[in-house]
Amino acid sequence: MNSSKKMALNIGPSHPATHGALRFLVELDGETITKAATEIGYLHRAFEKHSEHSTWSQVIPYTDRLNYCSSMMNNVGYCMAVEKLLEIEIPERAKYIRVIVSELSRIMDHLICIGAAAVDLGALSNFWYFFNVREKIYDFTEKICGARLTTNYTRVGGVMRDLSPDFSEGIRKVLKDLDRAIRDVTNLLERNRIFMDRTQGVGIVGKEEAINLGFTGPCLRATGVPYDIRKAQPYYHYDEFDFEIPVGTVGDTYDRLMLRIEEMRQSTRIVRQALDRLPEGEVMVDDPRVALPPKDKVYGSIEGLMNHFMLLIDGIKPPKGEVYSATEAANGELGFYIISDGGPRPYRVRCRPPCFPFAAAFNRLVEGGMIADAVAVLGSLNIIVGELDR
Amino acid sequence: MNLTSLQEKFPSEILQVNSKEEDFSIVIRKDRCHEILKFLREEPEFHFEMMVDLCGVDYLPMGERPRFEVVYHLYSLTHNHRLRVRVKVPEEDLKVPTVTDLWKAADWFEREAWEMFGFEFTGHPNLKHLLLYNGFEGHPLRKDYPIGKRQKIPTPEETL
Repeated sequence: MNSSKKMALNIGPSHPATHGALRFLVELDGETITKAATEIGYLHRAFEKHSEHSTWSQVIPYTDRLNYCSSMMNNVGYCMAVEKLLEIEIPERAKYIRVIVSELSRIMDHLICIGAAAVDLGALSNFWYFFNVREKIYDFTEKICGARLTTNYTRVGGVMRDLSPDFSEGIRKVLKDLDRAIRDVTNLLERNRIFMDRTQGVGIVGKEEAINLGFTGPCLRATGVPYDIRKAQPYYHYDEFDFEIPVGTVGDTYDRLMLRIEEMRQSTRIVRQALDRLPEGEVMVDDPRVALPPKDKVYGSIEGLMNHFMLLIDGIKPPKGEVYSATEAANGELGFYIISDGGPRPYRVRCRPPCFPFAAAFNRLVEGGMIADAVAVLGSLNIIVGELDR
Repeated sequence: MNLTSLQEKFPSEILQVNSKEEDFSIVIRKDRCHEILKFLREEPEFHFEMMVDLCGVDYLPMGERPRFEVVYHLYSLTHNHRLRVRVKVPEEDLKVPTVTDLWKAADWFEREAWEMFGFEFTGHPNLKHLLLYNGFEGHPLRKDYPIGKRQKIPTPEETL
């Protein structure tokens, strides 16, 4: 019998380890992967094409569906780009609210990533510790915008509505629970022999290679590059918050997961500081070009009524121009390249998804490794198919 | 960021330079675009070691000529600056040299731009469908591709 006979194995598009509709074909020599190929597009729903046929505000719900684990961050990223085009400065309170919801989304995203990656490696209890807390954060997401996943919370010029009255106190309580959950999971994973054997030295990406491959976010920082848009090109007062950018050393699966745990700790610091400093005031800019007038003006004056109808029927009309705006999403740089022709619909909306380079590099990371390691690597990259396929 | 050295080196290639509010962008001709991108990557003054994004734009309804643009978003970790490079591509000649030799990240981005707009990235190692299925006709992000157009999706029996 020929001992070196290669075998082809198909994983996905519907497979529990892929966390979404993603497909891999691997060529195996025994249990070693000799070649791998990735196929994507199963969740392609033409986000960019549909955006061109929607008004500027109608694009916001579409952005929920990009990274559905941290949808508020996509809302923030898109609205920030449109506001940059309109040259609108949103109210201070709205800025702080956006920081708070972004950091809470980052926490929720990392909770899923680490929890699910650990499940793939056979450690189920971490998942429950994390999902308990995640559920509590979602309770507050629901309170401020009425939805859990499809939040649609921000508006061009601010946010949909103010935080609920019990938000500040409630979130502080949840953050305490989160600290405990992080401690529990760190204790379970950090020096866990099985976990370390499965993840250390697996799926290594070097510094230079990661930069060349276009990695951003935790996967780049795990290689030791301290690049974070919140520090490099700060927006929304991120430069005034006291937090650190954790970096890894080796760039393996272990680093990528442990770095996310540390990032959650830093995010809780930001949320606490933002809650302390949260200023009073409006949450929506007072600008008739983007903001709906208050109801008493709509019913009480012809100008208010006209403004209301023009905004709903015609929509926002940013001036002719183009803009690229990048925010640090949970997975890395979420960029929106937006072109306006001065009309009520975007001329072009390009979304730069942070997952895209990870999925493109997946075959490089797993080739030469074991088939079981491929699942570990995939979990640590946190590929969210919603934003990958758009 | 000062772009004068770039303008001096390629005076006839650079059509436009914008630097409004630190949002730097240049519009260039296609002929020597690979050379310019290589220069931007390797010159210590610019040192764009990261290609953040690559996408296409179709300017058909705006009536601009040439019709297409390939847009590169570059970022330099060393200097912490960004640059947008817009390469004008005429409809008659959609060949654009690949930049996969400069940035490996370009591989999938170019595949996407090819299927969405129809640019031919010459020298690309694996230019085939990424988000759409084999047999998809046309380039859906072009402005003359109707949004409601339906195509026959191959059944599993056909693909086997």
